[in-house]
Amino acid sequence: MTTDGNTKTGGMISGSMLAIDAKDMHYKELNKIIRESILSGVKNILLENVNGQYYIGDGIKGDDITITVNGVPGNDLGVFMDGPSIIVNNNVQDNIGNTMNAGKITVNGDAGDVIGYGMRGGRIYIRGNAGYRIGIHMKGYNEQIPVIIIGGKVGSFFGEYMAGGVMVLLSLDNSEESVGEYFGVGMHGGAIYMKQKIDFSKYSKEVEFLEANDSDMSFLKKYLSEYAKDFNLSSEDLIKGPFYKIIPSSARPYAHLYTSAAF
Amino acid sequence: MTKSSFTNVQSEYLAVIDHAKCIRCKRCIQNCGWGTYSFGGDKIIADHSKCVACGRCYTYCPEGAISILKNPTVMRENGNWQDYHIKNIWRQSETGGIAISGMGTPLKYKKYFDHILLDACQVTNPPIDPLREPMELKTFLGKKPSKIELDFNEDGQPVLKNKMPPQIELATPFMFAPMSYGSISLNAQKAMALAARALGIVMNIGEGGLHDELVPFGKNIIVQVASGRFGVNRDYLNSGAAVEIKIGQGAKPGIGGHLPGEKIGADISRTRMIPAGTDAISPAPHHDIYSIEDLRQLIYAIKEAVNYEKPVSVKVAAVHNIAAIVSGVVRAGADIVYIDGFSGGTGAAPTIVRDNVGIPIEIALAQVDQRLREEGIRNEASLIAAGSIRSSADAVKAIALGADAVAIGTAALITMGCHVCGKCHTGNCSWGITTQRPELTRRLDPEEYGEKLYNLINAWSHEMKEVLGAMGVNSIESLRGSKERLRGIELTDSELKALGIKHAGM
Repeated sequence: MTTDGNTKTGGMISGSMLAIDAKDMHYKELNKIIRESILSGVKNILLENVNGQYYIGDGIKGDDITITVNGVPGNDLGVFMDGPSIIVNNNVQDNIGNTMNAGKITVNGDAGDVIGYGMRGGRIYIRGNAGYRIGIHMKGYNEQIPVIIIGGKVGSFFGEYMAGGVMVLLSLDNSEESVGEYFGVGMHGGAIYMKQKIDFSKYSKEVEFLEANDSDMSFLKKYLSEYAKDFNLSSEDLIKGPFYKIIPSSARPYAHLYTSAAF
Repeated sequence: MTKSSFTNVQSEYLAVIDHAKCIRCKRCIQNCGWGTYSFGGDKIIADHSKCVACGRCYTYCPEGAISILKNPTVMRENGNWQDYHIKNIWRQSETGGIAISGMGTPLKYKKYFDHILLDACQVTNPPIDPLREPMELKTFLGKKPSKIELDFNEDGQPVLKNKMPPQIELATPFMFAPMSYGSISLNAQKAMALAARALGIVMNIGEGGLHDELVPFGKNIIVQVASGRFGVNRDYLNSGAAVEIKIGQGAKPGIGGHLPGEKIGADISRTRMIPAGTDAISPAPHHDIYSIEDLRQLIYAIKEAVNYEKPVSVKVAAVHNIAAIVSGVVRAGADIVYIDGFSGGTGAAPTIVRDNVGIPIEIALAQVDQRLREEGIRNEASLIAAGSIRSSADAVKAIALGADAVAIGTAALITMGCHVCGKCHTGNCSWGITTQRPELTRRLDPEEYGEKLYNLINAWSHEMKEVLGAMGVNSIESLRGSKERLRGIELTDSELKALGIKHAGM
């Protein structure tokens, strides 16, 4: 362990910066050190040699906390997280930002399946591609709007059951169609923006495909500028339209399906 | 298609007013959540087609002028084509919809609790009088150590060396079953929270999130994480006595939650973070759980978030292979497994699922307890049994079949006035229980019904002590999984074998 460049071993370190060598460390031990160092006032944590440890940043709180991850973190990165930022300088696995409440996860690579499940707030920015079932059952209420931006393409069931929040699919460096099957099935709230114009007729009948208007663009600008800055991309290129918007055609896609039984 | 003005769907009940007794006070109009009554200038008029026999109007009619009758117009009797088959065909052929119902199944399946009798002491071992001798009902839910390790202090007294995993302490082996804010009203949840606190037990808030007004009851609350993840965040996970992952429900195994849009007003929209008026849908699976290994992942994600300080419960529906499933759930790290049997209640479920899917809790419980004992892991988790526990007798039998505690849902609602009309999904509950309409919810006084719930659990606990005493045991723990104290009547050999009990006389 090092703090501000001074090597220390054992014990907790107070101060604002902590480096942890996660090589061969079990997730339970690693996350305990993270939790305890945050309690003792550490604001910046650098994790080296991460190799598949689960639950990094699980349920941690505090807007001024940053965790930088070198290596590939395991499943459930940032699960239940409430405020901190996690920067991953590599790919990530499944379930990142699971039921996350606030904060930010930045991924300089690709992501696995089920990203941002039931996400309630905060941002997940992925530079590369992401797998199946991204942003399913994302939620939102008034100003609390979770945002996921994906640079590349995604797998099937993108935005399934989506109830709120915003997802943006940029399709950078990607000429083929960037979405898989069952796009937006059961979507009943929130919005998905795409840079690629796709033939939407083969996807969900429960959503509508529109061109984004000025108010959509002014909302997106803030997030896209931040995304461009995080990944050293040109903000102008990124924001340049047109963008397409997918929204649910009804808040109750299944209302007609039911009838009250005799008993 | 144009709709015919005639319908085969006829009134189930007749709301009959004795106009000689009626003083036209219009209380029935106010009290009925279904809009059955209106004032016709000089008298009350009833629209029978709207009546569901919820009992609210005659309970509050000051003159006793209302009678609710079953519609005497007969349908031609047929032992095969039952009323409900015919009526559902008519309803579905008019709407094309999936038939949806509330509460547990009303169909007459065999109820195994009614075919099990308890033992008592005679001569050779003395019964205990629970009114004058100590009788312990206290129950701890959570993982127990596989063996006791002791140290001795300087006085030579034994001191427990094991570090006990986190437990829920119940003063009596009852809890209130998970029912969400949304499916039931906040006042109904408050009544259970008040009773749970007074009784030293817990209530479970279901999957709809924790309302601010329930936060002070944290010690007596289990918070739930279901596939919709409504209201779930780190503070939520840390606000109760335990966290429960809901996989399934006895009334609807294998399908997700469905809170109809009629019940999603502004406050539910806020607590669930979904649009007002939408249907609140919980996916059939948790999409981060497709295997026992994935379940382990979520169990430990929660344990990490609560710093290993709270037990994690997993709720599953009783299905055919329940023993193997629960074994997997326990090995995945669950501290408590809640098994919800066929005939358990619901706020809304497709009728076909409610009435046809799952297995009875009695058999599920016996099989699970047996399997966990055989595998030597019964101590790894506590078992909660639910799925229409109708009396203290059902509770005692469930514990003897292997449960550590039982959960009551429908019985708690009946305490609050529910007449089991099965229309919870409509949001019209006249008793203010399964509705979010403010004019209906405000009539449910949490203090008043909290006291009634307190009375009920107290009465059932006393009854439990009576039969424990008769059986000559002085603590509920001594009865747990003690199938030798049970005997079956009117059961086949296969049924007795599934229950792990002998026939009466054997």
